[in-house]
Amino acid sequence: MHKENQPLVFELSKEGRVGYSLSKVDVPEVELSTILPSEFIRTEEAELPELSELDIMRHYTALSRRNHGVDSGFYPLGSCTMKYNPKVNENVARFPGFANIHPLQDEKTVQGALGLMYDLQQHLIEITGMAEVTLQPAAGAHGEWTALMMIRAFHEANGETGRTKVIVPDSAHGTNPASANVAGFDIVTVKSDENGLVDLEDLRKVVGPDTAALMLTNPNTLGLFEEHILEIAEIIHGVGGKVYYDGANLNAVMSKARPGDMGFDCVHLNLHKTFTGPHGGGGPGSGPVGVKEDMIPFLPKPVLVKTENGYQFDYDRPQSIGRVKPYYGNFGINVRAYTYIRSMGPDGLKAVTENAVINANYMMRRLQPYYELPYNRHCKHEFVLSGSRQKKLGVRTLDIAKRLLDFGYHPPTTYFPLNVEEGLMIEPTETESKETLDAFCDAMIQIAKEAEETPEIVQEAPHTTVISRLDETRAARHPVLKYVKPNETER
Amino acid sequence: MKHRYLPMTEQDQQEMLKVIGVSSVDELFEDIPEKVRFKGELNLKPAKSESALLKELAQLAKQNANSDEYVSFLGAGVYDHYKPVIVDHVISRSEFYTAYTPYQPEISQGELQAIFEFQTMIAELTGMDLANSSMYDGGTALAEAGMLAAGQTRRKKILVSDAVHPIALDVVKTYAYGQSIEVVNVPLKDGVTDLDALNNLIDNDTAAVMVQYPNFYGRIENVQAISDAIHAVKGISIVSANPLALAILTPPGKMDADITVGDAQPFGIPEAFGGPHCGYFATTKKLMRKVPGRLVGETVDEDGRRGYVLTLQAREQHIRREKATSNICSNQALNALAASVAMTALGKKGVQEMAKQNILKTHYAKEAFENAGFEVPFKGPHFNEIVVKVEGSVQALNDALFEKNIIGGFDLGKVSPELENHILIAVTEQRTKEEIDALVQEMGALQHA
Repeated sequence: MHKENQPLVFELSKEGRVGYSLSKVDVPEVELSTILPSEFIRTEEAELPELSELDIMRHYTALSRRNHGVDSGFYPLGSCTMKYNPKVNENVARFPGFANIHPLQDEKTVQGALGLMYDLQQHLIEITGMAEVTLQPAAGAHGEWTALMMIRAFHEANGETGRTKVIVPDSAHGTNPASANVAGFDIVTVKSDENGLVDLEDLRKVVGPDTAALMLTNPNTLGLFEEHILEIAEIIHGVGGKVYYDGANLNAVMSKARPGDMGFDCVHLNLHKTFTGPHGGGGPGSGPVGVKEDMIPFLPKPVLVKTENGYQFDYDRPQSIGRVKPYYGNFGINVRAYTYIRSMGPDGLKAVTENAVINANYMMRRLQPYYELPYNRHCKHEFVLSGSRQKKLGVRTLDIAKRLLDFGYHPPTTYFPLNVEEGLMIEPTETESKETLDAFCDAMIQIAKEAEETPEIVQEAPHTTVISRLDETRAARHPVLKYVKPNETER
Repeated sequence: MKHRYLPMTEQDQQEMLKVIGVSSVDELFEDIPEKVRFKGELNLKPAKSESALLKELAQLAKQNANSDEYVSFLGAGVYDHYKPVIVDHVISRSEFYTAYTPYQPEISQGELQAIFEFQTMIAELTGMDLANSSMYDGGTALAEAGMLAAGQTRRKKILVSDAVHPIALDVVKTYAYGQSIEVVNVPLKDGVTDLDALNNLIDNDTAAVMVQYPNFYGRIENVQAISDAIHAVKGISIVSANPLALAILTPPGKMDADITVGDAQPFGIPEAFGGPHCGYFATTKKLMRKVPGRLVGETVDEDGRRGYVLTLQAREQHIRREKATSNICSNQALNALAASVAMTALGKKGVQEMAKQNILKTHYAKEAFENAGFEVPFKGPHFNEIVVKVEGSVQALNDALFEKNIIGGFDLGKVSPELENHILIAVTEQRTKEEIDALVQEMGALQHA
C-alpha cells in the first residue's frame, strides 16, 4: 500500500491549470446578463480544483493505492459476497449501445436493451422460482422496501388494513427493520433458538391477524439453512401473512433450493453480490424483486412486457405501487449481471453454489480448533465464529480484524449477527482458491496464538497500514464533512 | 466443472471434503428439506465462451440507437454531456470498483478521501453546508428529502411544484404513501411555480415545498421567494437542482434552501438507459444528524495523521434498525467517484464554461425556432431546455426526425394533456450550431410539408 499521505485534490490545485477540453462555442456569444437576470447568476465561484490531466490521474492513482479491493486481495466480508468481478462484464456494460442510450427514447429504438432486461428477468424467475421479476430497485435495501410496499398494497387491496406488523428475526440485517419502518410497518422481533434458527414457538406467539409479513434470509445470517422453512411459511400463511426472502444469501442455494419452492411470496436479489455487478466502493448495486402470481398486479410501474410488436413498457397497471425509482433500475449493473449469468450457464451456477459452500465449510473446520464455533453444524456459504475465547485474554474481535490487515486481508464482517458474542462472519465465495483460503486460515491461527502469547501485537494492530486506528469519536463529535481552505472560516 | 472463475480442482475438492469430514458435496446440502430441494437443472441458457458471448451481446447492443451515432436533443432529466475520457480510466482502477463500503478505514483511505472530496464539491456547487456520499439517483434523493422534512417538522403534507420532473414526482408519491404523507401539487404560471397559488396552499400543516431548479421545462425558479414562503410557517425548503447549472446559477444554499438534492449524471456519468446515475443530498448543519446515507468525516489516527472515516453512523439502519428513518445502505459510490473526477477535470473554470455553453446554445436554439415561425411558450430565462409547440403529434415528428438520424425531444403530451403537441428540446454543449440549425430546419420542413 501507498504509505505517504495523499493531499486533498483541493490542496493540489493551482489557479490557471485546466484538465478539460471543450470545443469553442460556435453560436453567437451573448453576455449572460442579457439572458439571465442578475439575481440568478452566482456571485461566488464554486471552488472546484484546477489540475492538469496527468496530475488528476496521479492523484486518483495514489488514492487507489490506498484502497483494498477484491482484485487487491482476499475480502471475506460476510453477507457481502465479495467474489471476483469478471472483466468481460465491464466491457459489455461500456458498449455504446448500452452505455449511451437514453431512458426516454422510443421503445422501438432500444429493443436490444429491452430484450436483455426481459431475458435477465426470465433467468431470475427461473433461479428464484417466482412468477415475475421487476428490475427497478437500485439496491438490496431498496428491493426490500419495494417488496414490503407491494405486500402492503396486497393486504390493502383485500381490505386488510389492520396488517401493520412485520416480523423480523433477531439475526436479520439492519436494513430489514429499517425498510419495514420506511414502508410504514411496525416491527416485531422473533428470537433465534439454540440452533441459531428461527424459534418456532416464539414465532407462533408473535403472529396474528395483524401480521403483514415475515422477512427472512435463508440461509440465515449465521450461514445456516432454516430447516423448518416450510413450517415457518405455513405459520405465516396460516394467519394470512406473506413471507419475504432477503436474497443477500442466494449464493448459497442456487440450483439447490429456490425461494419460490420454499414458500416465499416475494424475494429481492442483490445483483452486485451473487451476480457479480461490482460493489464499486459501496455501490451502485441492483436489487430486483421477484413475486408470486398473486402479487403481480402490485409490481412497480412500468412493467416490461413482450408483445408481437416487440418489447414494451406497460404503464396501465391500476394496482401498481407506482414507481420506486426513475426509469427502469440500474441498467448498467443489470447488464453486468446478465453477462455473468450467461457466462456461467445452469451448470456453472450450480458449481458456484457448491464451491462456495465447500470453501466455507473447509475454512470453518480448519479454524474450529482455534476459535469458538457457536453453531457446530454444516454451514452454507458463510459461517460465524465468536471471539469469546480471545476476549477472555483481553483481545477483542475488533483487534483480530485489525491484525488481519497486517496480513493483507480485508477482515470478515464483525460484531454481526447481533446474537453472537464478538462475532466474526466469514464468507470466502467460490472464486477463491484453496491456497488463498489456507493462507488466510494460517493467519487466523497465528493471530489466535498471538492472542495467547503476545496479545499486545494484536491489540495494537494494525502495524503495516498507511494509517493506524482512526479516532472515530472525534469524527462524530466534531464533524468535518468537507474541505475548508485554511485561510477561510467556514461559510 | 472447469470454468475460469472457479479455481477449485477435483483434487482440491477431495482434500477439502476430507477436512470437512464428508464424503460428497451433497452431504453439505442435506439440511435442505427433501421437499424443497431443487433437483435437476435450472432451465437457463447454456454458458457461452467469452468471445461468443461478446459477439452476441455486441449484436444486442447494436439494436439500440445510441447518442454516439445519433444526434440527440432528448433530455428531460438525463443528458448527453461531455465526459472527460479520464473519468473511465480512474473508475476502471479495480482498487476502487472491486471494493465495498469502506468499513475498514485503514485499508480504504483512497475511497474515503475521494468521497470526502465529492462531498466538498457538491457542497461548493449547491452552496449548502454539507453533502452526503451519494444517493441512488435524483428521484429517490428527492423522496428521502421529503421524508426527512416530514420527520423533522412532524407534519404530513408536502407541496410539490408541477414543474418538478414528473417521474421524480411519481417516486416521491410512492415513498410518501409508505409514510402516510400527503402530496399536493402546486400549479404553474408561465412555466414556473405560481407563487400566489403556492402561498395559498401553504399552511401550518405543510412540512415542505419541493421545486426543481432549473425546472422540468428548463425555466429558472425564484427559489428565494419559495424558501421565504415555506419558512414563514417553519417548513422546509427542498430544491432539486441540476448541479451543472449551479456552476452559473445562484446556488440554492444562497437562497435559503434547507435541502438541495439532485443527480450528478451531467458530470461524467453515461446515460445508461436511466441508471446507474448518482443522486446527491446536501443540507444545512441544522439537519446534519438527520441526513440519510453515508457521511465521510475527517479525523486523525493514533499518530496524529489526517485520515477519513464513515461518521455519524448513529443515523443509519445498521445501528438504528427499526428506528432508522431511511433504509439506504448501498449507494452509488463508484458514480460519485466518476462525478468527482469529472468535476476535477472540468475544474472551477470548466464547469462554468460548460454550463455557459448550455445556456448560449439553448438561447440560440430558442431564437432559431422563433425565427422559423415556431411558438416557444414559457418566456423568460432557460438553462438547457426549451418547450416548442408543434403542429400534429410529437410522436410522428420524432419518428420522422429519427429517419434523419436525430433523436428528438420529449413528448410533453405524455405528462400533461394541456401540453399535447409540445416538445421539450434539450441543447447541451455537445450540440453544434450546425446540428441545431439542422433540427430547426428539419422540423420546419416536416411541419410545413
